[in-house]
Amino acid sequence: MGGTLNANHLLFLGQGALWTIGLSAIALIGGGLVGFLIALARVSPRKAVRLLSGAYVQLVQGTPLLVIMFLGYFGLSALGLRITPLWAAGASLTIYVGAYFGEIWRGCIQAVPRPQWEAAEGLGLSRTQRMLKVILPQAMRIATPPTVGFMVQIIKNTSLASVVGFVELARSGQIINNSLFEPFLIYAIIALIYFALCFPISLLSRRLERRMGVGRAKLMPA
Amino acid sequence: MNQERIVIERPIVVLDKVHKSFGSLKVLDGVSFTVERGDVLVLIGRSGSGKSTALRCIDRFEKIDSGEIRVCDHRVDAADVDLRALRQDVGIVFQSYNLFPHLTIEQNITLAPVSVKGMKKPAARELAKAMLAKVGLSEKLDAYPEQLSGGQQQRAAIARSLAMQPKVMLFDEVTSALDPELTGEVLKVIERLAADGMTMVMVTHEMGFARGIADQVVFMHAGRVHEAGSASILSGPATPELAQFVGTGL
Repeated sequence: MGGTLNANHLLFLGQGALWTIGLSAIALIGGGLVGFLIALARVSPRKAVRLLSGAYVQLVQGTPLLVIMFLGYFGLSALGLRITPLWAAGASLTIYVGAYFGEIWRGCIQAVPRPQWEAAEGLGLSRTQRMLKVILPQAMRIATPPTVGFMVQIIKNTSLASVVGFVELARSGQIINNSLFEPFLIYAIIALIYFALCFPISLLSRRLERRMGVGRAKLMPA
Repeated sequence: MNQERIVIERPIVVLDKVHKSFGSLKVLDGVSFTVERGDVLVLIGRSGSGKSTALRCIDRFEKIDSGEIRVCDHRVDAADVDLRALRQDVGIVFQSYNLFPHLTIEQNITLAPVSVKGMKKPAARELAKAMLAKVGLSEKLDAYPEQLSGGQQQRAAIARSLAMQPKVMLFDEVTSALDPELTGEVLKVIERLAADGMTMVMVTHEMGFARGIADQVVFMHAGRVHEAGSASILSGPATPELAQFVGTGL
């Protein structure tokens, strides 16, 4: 073993980075779907639905992602389910991101001014119509900056998938370091790649926030 | 033999001994009044006298504790009242306009006719045009609410309500957020509606306007109908409370 950093190592890191992006996409889509349902459940007129979804959010938010990953991988295989690291990581992130998106989006739905509900109600729209045609379109505008902002957290959190043996960016760096033993150099490269993935998204989030900020000020009548 | 049919015109809105409390605060303490078809009833009174709550009870935005409310054929106080049917018969306009900011004025107006009444889009578009013409905003069909002045937004909100062809319109302090000039343009629209025979219940602080338009004036005080009658009670109040109220209002 040993040697110096070469093109093959970089290629391996590149592959890891692609898996980081892939896993982030899975987390975003899966977590997005779960989060959407949770957000709707959190504002449901039925108390049981609200309580149940609230309990889910509290439970997940009170558990480290690392533990969710371990539970997903080792826990399920202990129950006799054969589960690949990709599935375990994807499912764990979906559960985790779903709770956070659910909570972020609940806030956005509730941030739509109360009189908007009343105006829609006064026109005879059903609850579903009010939600779909009046509240959600406005909530989505409010939700865009924090949602994009949270995507940065998702990308960084995928690094925890390395604990269940999933070879994404952080894990591929570890593997290379095990043979080269150049921790400073290799982790610096990895940090740089994470930064390159996250920074444009942070920038986008900040720009959206500024634009929406102006838009919202105009949306509010006196 | 000819059977003579006697048509008894029933009032559009009836409140009968309506009670309503928010917690320990009694807001409505046995309120009764009736609005006949084509009449304009104006609710006046100090802030906190219960007039806005009374208005909101008619559209069941507030549930009452006891008493009876009837609107057209709806028993509003019944637990099983068909809210969607009630709200198709009752139009309501709020102080803060509450247009939908993500929709154009046309979409604001066509939303309910299309999704609640199942009207076809082209027909709804024609309806929107007609309603906007009624409130003098024909050229704002494609504008977004934020591009309109407060008075224009309020007129658009009235057009949006009218598009559902309600049998009675409720106005909840619709000019309170507007300066005098914009107030005038909104009141003109309401006057025209009254002239067209629309049944209306309105809460307002515009005493001059109330005097001109009201068939009935109801002065509320401490959750009760303190004095009621024709618009003439504003010039010759019978109770000291109303005298004081109109005195400060002039």
